[in-house]
Amino acid sequence: MSWFSSAMSSTLGKKVLMALTGLFLVTFLIVHLIGNFQLLANDDGQSFNIYAKFMTTNPVIKTTSYLLYATFIVHIIWAIILTLQNRKSRPVGYAQTASNNSTWSSRNMGILGTIILIFLVIHLRNFWYEMHWGGIPTATYDGSEYKDLFSIVDFSFNNIFYVLLYTISMIGLMFHLYHGFKSAFQTLGLNHPKYNNLIKGLGYGIAIIIPALFAAIPIIMYLN
Amino acid sequence: MKIKLKVWRQKNASDKGNFKTYDLDDISEDMSFLEMFDILNEDLVKKNEDPIHFDHDCREGICGMCSMYINGHPHGPKQTTTCQLHMRSFKDGDTITVEPWRAKSFPVVKDLVVDRSSFDRVMQSGGYVSVNTGGVPDANEIPIPKKIADEAFDAATCIGCGACVAACKNASAMLFVSAKVSQLAMLPQGQVERKSRAENMVAQMDEEGFGACTNTGACSAECPKGISLENIARMNREYLGAKASSDNL
Amino acid sequence: MKLDSKIPEGPLSEKWSKHKFNVKLVNPANKRKYDIIVVGTGLAGASAAASFGELGYNVNAFCFQDSPRRAHSIAAQGGINAAKNYQNDGDSVFRLFYDTIKGGDYRSREGNVHRLAEVSVNIIDQCVAQGVPFAREYGGLLDNRSFGGAQVSRTFYARGQTGQQLLLGAYSALSRQVANGKVKMHTREEMLDLVMIDGKARGIITRNLITGKIESHSAHAVVLATGGYGNVFYLSTNAMGSNVTAAWRAHKKGAFMANPCFTQIHPTCIPVSGDHQSKLTLMSESLRNDGRVWVPKTKEDAEKVRNGQLKATDIPEDARDYYLERKYPSFGNLVPRDVASRNAKEVCDEGRGVNKTGLAVYLDFADAIKRDGEDTIKAKYGNLFDMYEQITGENPYKMPMKIYPAVHYTMGGLWVDYNLMTNVPGLYAIGEANFSDHGANRLGASALMQGLADGYFVLPYTIGDYLSQEAYDKVSTDHEAFKTAEAEVKEKINKLLSINGTKTVDEFHKDLGHIMWEYCGMSRNEEGLKKAKAEIQKLKEDFWSNVKVIGSNEELNQSLEKASRVADFIELGELMIDDAQDRSESCGGHFREESQTPEGEAKRKDDEFSYVSAWQYNGPEKPETLNKEDLVFENVKLTQRSYK
Repeated sequence: MSWFSSAMSSTLGKKVLMALTGLFLVTFLIVHLIGNFQLLANDDGQSFNIYAKFMTTNPVIKTTSYLLYATFIVHIIWAIILTLQNRKSRPVGYAQTASNNSTWSSRNMGILGTIILIFLVIHLRNFWYEMHWGGIPTATYDGSEYKDLFSIVDFSFNNIFYVLLYTISMIGLMFHLYHGFKSAFQTLGLNHPKYNNLIKGLGYGIAIIIPALFAAIPIIMYLN
Repeated sequence: MKIKLKVWRQKNASDKGNFKTYDLDDISEDMSFLEMFDILNEDLVKKNEDPIHFDHDCREGICGMCSMYINGHPHGPKQTTTCQLHMRSFKDGDTITVEPWRAKSFPVVKDLVVDRSSFDRVMQSGGYVSVNTGGVPDANEIPIPKKIADEAFDAATCIGCGACVAACKNASAMLFVSAKVSQLAMLPQGQVERKSRAENMVAQMDEEGFGACTNTGACSAECPKGISLENIARMNREYLGAKASSDNL
Repeated sequence: MKLDSKIPEGPLSEKWSKHKFNVKLVNPANKRKYDIIVVGTGLAGASAAASFGELGYNVNAFCFQDSPRRAHSIAAQGGINAAKNYQNDGDSVFRLFYDTIKGGDYRSREGNVHRLAEVSVNIIDQCVAQGVPFAREYGGLLDNRSFGGAQVSRTFYARGQTGQQLLLGAYSALSRQVANGKVKMHTREEMLDLVMIDGKARGIITRNLITGKIESHSAHAVVLATGGYGNVFYLSTNAMGSNVTAAWRAHKKGAFMANPCFTQIHPTCIPVSGDHQSKLTLMSESLRNDGRVWVPKTKEDAEKVRNGQLKATDIPEDARDYYLERKYPSFGNLVPRDVASRNAKEVCDEGRGVNKTGLAVYLDFADAIKRDGEDTIKAKYGNLFDMYEQITGENPYKMPMKIYPAVHYTMGGLWVDYNLMTNVPGLYAIGEANFSDHGANRLGASALMQGLADGYFVLPYTIGDYLSQEAYDKVSTDHEAFKTAEAEVKEKINKLLSINGTKTVDEFHKDLGHIMWEYCGMSRNEEGLKKAKAEIQKLKEDFWSNVKVIGSNEELNQSLEKASRVADFIELGELMIDDAQDRSESCGGHFREESQTPEGEAKRKDDEFSYVSAWQYNGPEKPETLNKEDLVFENVKLTQRSYK
């Protein structure tokens, strides 16, 4: 397997890992977003809480979630490794650099990623940690008891700072996806005039729509 | 035209170096950027000062030797080589900052001169078809579709100047390496060594200390020959395919 | 001294194959016992070094640039000739031979030129096998075009960058041998002397351009592939670094310099824009297929154009002089390079030049655009028009281009025999550095052919003939001859650094260029040459007492590099003048005003001048001796060129 480790330790291999984990995280975003829509169901959180319980107890989902955690960690660690390596490739910087030869987001994936990471920590602490190990109130539907995650979310989204944090973070995500999606395809070698426009269009669509919908939920809940 | 030049001066590889400012009056807009340096250097010599050293040779945009980082762009604001940049691209009274290519794999030799032998070593690791002189088939033995020949040519127009490395925020050499990998991967003559070439050239590129590709596209945008990013994608493909299927365990 | 060109006996078409059989071979197992030095890594040098490495010799290759890929062969645009007859239009080895001999105005050797035509076909095969992306037709086969007025389409090309693609092919072969350890590449290292031991070339002295270290390298044979000396004119289409130093220092060690006055002046270059000009840019002569050359009929109009009162388009048709069409009705704008160049100079000398400096003529595409449409013209010449606009800032679709002749190629060079060996045993010269194949004028698309022919297919055979008779013993670089040569080189460098005069190297170079261009350029006469000789001698004296070189030897010092090259150019310039003076006939690129027809066309004098001039160095300040190698023509009939 030395060929595999040599492939994966090359700059190209590391980038492939970034691309694959990145694309997997995009699919997670889509699933997560669909789930979040339950927050708007207007049933005092019943469907959301049922959904939350399902997500934390279903064995298939649970297994997948470990893969997801690993993906996050790999994506983050490899990003740090690559950034450090790239820094070393230019020990002395320029006094002046131009900005019109590439997009801002492509040059600042690290900063964007860091914004998302900070958001992630807060987000996990508040909801994911509470759901798993926190003492949250319960609600009973059809005789079964459910953790009332909805009430926590609802409470948080009535705080304007929280809503702002979410909105800003989603803007960060937007730019991260804007470059990341199409970049992943390029890294995987998928660049062909026949499909480039499709990939680009899909990427821009995902970059704008997913974060926008994510951000819309706290805003709507706040306004309600 | 009046021009203020802010130029990186560095006596040798171990010197720390710093910027020095020079005022030039009477610059004609018909001059090439390098001719402006010629005039400044003549002046410096007359004043017993060390002229500014810079690499240049053909001065017609093809040898790839000239290498100035001008106002934040390799080869300056136009998508061409430094020698083909003319003063009419600047305005009277402009301040122009000139730096050497900056990369770990391109150490500064003196002033604006850098050592690009890392590129030669990448080529030596596989940028060729292993045929000896003589004993080759007739040139028309293997027809090559015009489109393939043209695409291979587009990749082959790389002049090896290093602007891609200079422009890249990671000092990555992906565009340079991929241009050669692509050219030979597309042509029938390159098939025999296709896999080992991709593996070896990428390994050498990493060995030289170039950074990874973030797909910003700055390399292609600044490339004086407009080498396309498609080549980078092709090399990614070639490399992954080679790693997964070559005989090289 | 009698010069032996060693042309094999027998019918023309069998000479080379017979010779290949007759040359002595080095046993494959013994090749590794021989060391060869190759100086220069252009088409000739890179291809030779790579081929030697493949054969098993140990090669040390040198170039002054930062990478072998920078050599100026890279700038060749048009293409490479080969007698493949792929187009079924009647081409053959003999036709390519004939065209080259005739194009060279019968001042080259039949045997050499025929061999060149023979191996031309192998070059294309070789390059394709290396992955050179030549232009192709839709059926996938190689495309050809007719070039430089040739009657057949035999030119292979890769858009306007043929030289680049061929050089990168040779560079890749060289890189492979570097990786194999058979070639050791020395970049940024310049040859400053040839080392002779027992009358044979046994090594070179180089200067490491980064550290200034003077180094000795020993070998069994030395190959100079150091290109041409067009930069003696200061302004030329050569690269800034192109120089004669290696060849000249070899000349001073005994190698003869042949036909130094034969220089090619290319008619379609972008004119000089001012004193700051550092080099000239060539535009492919294919432009003359559709462009019409003209100047205003009157000096007054030209004057107004020069000071901006009139634009080219303001001058009405009947006030224009399409002088090439007028004087040469059958060839018109497509007359050969030398004729087009001379006529441009003539009309400018009459005061009818059209740019600020008065040294430019129009090349007008208005009629072609009207006839074929702008799109067609764009498809044919788009990249050239863009290049022109980038350099001059003028749009050639709207305004006629301005062009002027510029020095482009030097047919002269070190004298070599059929084996490409100079008169110094063990010293070879290949590519533009030798004089051999182009006579007094080189045909378009033939320079690339000759460089690669020498490097891939001639020298690898012929060098064995010499080496096989040499002992394996290596000479130590501690040998006295190396030490003496090193000391001489150091002394010369110290001298240059110690003068500390008032005039810069570039100023001397410009003065030299001015003398050469004025008196030994497109047309030459006895009186002018005499004057030039006196001026150049004065310049030389002044140089060695008044040149200003800054810095020290022990560093990267570009002004020192230049000074050492210009010193040699000055000496070469003097020899070119001697040669031009001796040859009081007009032939090819060499036009002697005393030798012209009543209509003012070049007149060759075959009875008197059918020889190669090979100049022998006799020591400083002593006149050189002229040795003559008579040219024998058995297969072609000598005719005067006429383009009326």
